[in-house]
Amino acid sequence: MVHIVPGAGFLSGLWESIYKTLISTEGWKVILQGLGTTLLIALFAVVIGTVLGCLLALCKISGIGILKGIANVYTTVIRGIPVVTQLMIFAFVILGPVGVTNKVLIAIIGFGVNSGAYVCEIFRAGIQGVDRGQTEAGRSLGLSRGQTMWKIVLPQAVKAVLPTYTSEFIALIKETSVAGYIAVTELTKAGDMIRNATYNAWIPLLTVAAIYLLMTLGLTKLFGVFERRLARSDRG
Amino acid sequence: MIEVKELYKDFGGKPVLQGINETIAQGEKVVVIGPSGSGKSTFLRCLNLLETPSSGEIWFEGINITDRKTDIDKLRQKMGMVFQHFNLFPHRTVLDNITMAPVTLKLQSRAEAEANARRLLERIGLGDRADAYPSQLSGGQKQRIAIVRALAMNPDVMLFDEPTSALDPEMVGEVLELMKELAADGMTMVVVTHEMGFAREVATRVLFMDGGQILEQNEPHTFFSSPQNERLKDFLAKVL
Repeated sequence: MVHIVPGAGFLSGLWESIYKTLISTEGWKVILQGLGTTLLIALFAVVIGTVLGCLLALCKISGIGILKGIANVYTTVIRGIPVVTQLMIFAFVILGPVGVTNKVLIAIIGFGVNSGAYVCEIFRAGIQGVDRGQTEAGRSLGLSRGQTMWKIVLPQAVKAVLPTYTSEFIALIKETSVAGYIAVTELTKAGDMIRNATYNAWIPLLTVAAIYLLMTLGLTKLFGVFERRLARSDRG
Repeated sequence: MIEVKELYKDFGGKPVLQGINETIAQGEKVVVIGPSGSGKSTFLRCLNLLETPSSGEIWFEGINITDRKTDIDKLRQKMGMVFQHFNLFPHRTVLDNITMAPVTLKLQSRAEAEANARRLLERIGLGDRADAYPSQLSGGQKQRIAIVRALAMNPDVMLFDEPTSALDPEMVGEVLELMKELAADGMTMVVVTHEMGFAREVATRVLFMDGGQILEQNEPHTFFSSPQNERLKDFLAKVL
C-alpha cells in the first residue's frame, strides 16, 4: 500500500520557498532591520505627535485669538494634505535642501508633525467633552484655571480619548509604510526589496503583513489593559 | 458680608438680571425662590463670579470682587458652592474629592486634610465611604459629600444652587437635614431652592425673584402668610 500524506508536497514546497526568500539570502535580516526602522519612526513620531497635539489642543481651547488661529491653520493644512505628499515635501523641499540627509529623522519629523494635527483634534474633543460642571466645581473651590485643567479636566479627558488615541497610534504605525517614498527602508520597503531580489512576491509580503497585524493586535490588547485600569472609578 | 450693587447680566443680549441690590449679613440664611428663568441661579452664580456680571458691583468681605484686579481664586476659597448636579470628581475617591483643593492650594498638609476629611465624613455618617468612587454612591450621598467638600475649605459663606432638584424624593431629606445642621452651626448661607418647607423653617430671609429682579423679600413667616406682590401670590398659589 502506498501511503499518501495529503499536503506534504505543499508543505515542503512552502518551506523551500521560505528558505529561498527569507533564510538563505538572509532576507530575514532585511525584514528585521525594516521592522526596527518602522518601530523607531513610529515611536518617536508618536512622542512628537502627542506633545504637539497636546500643545495645539491647549492653544485651541485657550480662548487666545492668535494661538487659536495658529492651531486652526495647522490642523486644517496638515489634515488636508496626504501624508505621503507631506513627507516628500519635508524630504525634498524643507529639510533636504538645508542639509538634513538622515531619511529616518526626516520621516520621524514628518510623521510626528502629521500626527500632531490628528492628536490635537482628539485631545480637544476630549477636553471639551468633560462636563462644564467639573470646571465650575474646581474653580468654585478656589483652584486656578491651570490647576482645574491639570487635576480635574485632563485626567477625565485622557480617559475618554484613550480608545481614539490608540487608534491614532495604530494608524501611525501603518502609515509609516509609505516612508519608502523617501527611500527609508522600513518594514514594507524591506519586504518589497526581497520581492525584487527573489521574484517571489507572496512570501515576503505576507510575512510583512503578518508582522503589522501582530503589532497592531498587540498594541490593541496593551491599551485595552490601560483602559480597564483607568475604568476603575466607573464601577458602580 | 456680601453686597450687591446694581447687578445686571445678559446672555447674548437677553437680559437675565435687571438691577439687583442686595446685602447679605454674616450668619444670615437667605433663601431665594422664584419660577424657572427668573434669574435666581444666575444671581447666585454671580456671587462667586461663575457668571461674569454685565455691569454692577459685588463686594465680599470688603473687597470688590468684580474689580478685574481682584484675585477671585483667593476669594472663592472662602465661598463654598454646592451644585444641582453635585459635580463630584468622578476620577477621584471620596477622600480625594474632599482633600484635593486644600492640599493643592497648600492650605493644609495631606495628613491634616485627610484627618479633617475623615472627621467631616464621620459627622455625616459616611466615614466608611472614604475610599469609594462617586459612581458607587447614591445621589443623596453624593450631594452630602459635595457639601463636605466645600466645607473642607472652611468657607465663610455657602452658596447652594438648587441642591435637591436632581435628587430622588427619598433622598431630599438627608441633604436638607445636613443643610439645617449647617445653618444651626451659624454658617452664612444663600440657597436657591424649590423647597418651601426648608425656606419656612431655616431661612432668616426669603427673596422672591422674577424677571431678573427681586420683587419681594421678608422674614419667612410674613413672606408666606401675607405676600404682597401679585406675582409672588400667583407663584405661591402654584407651589404650595
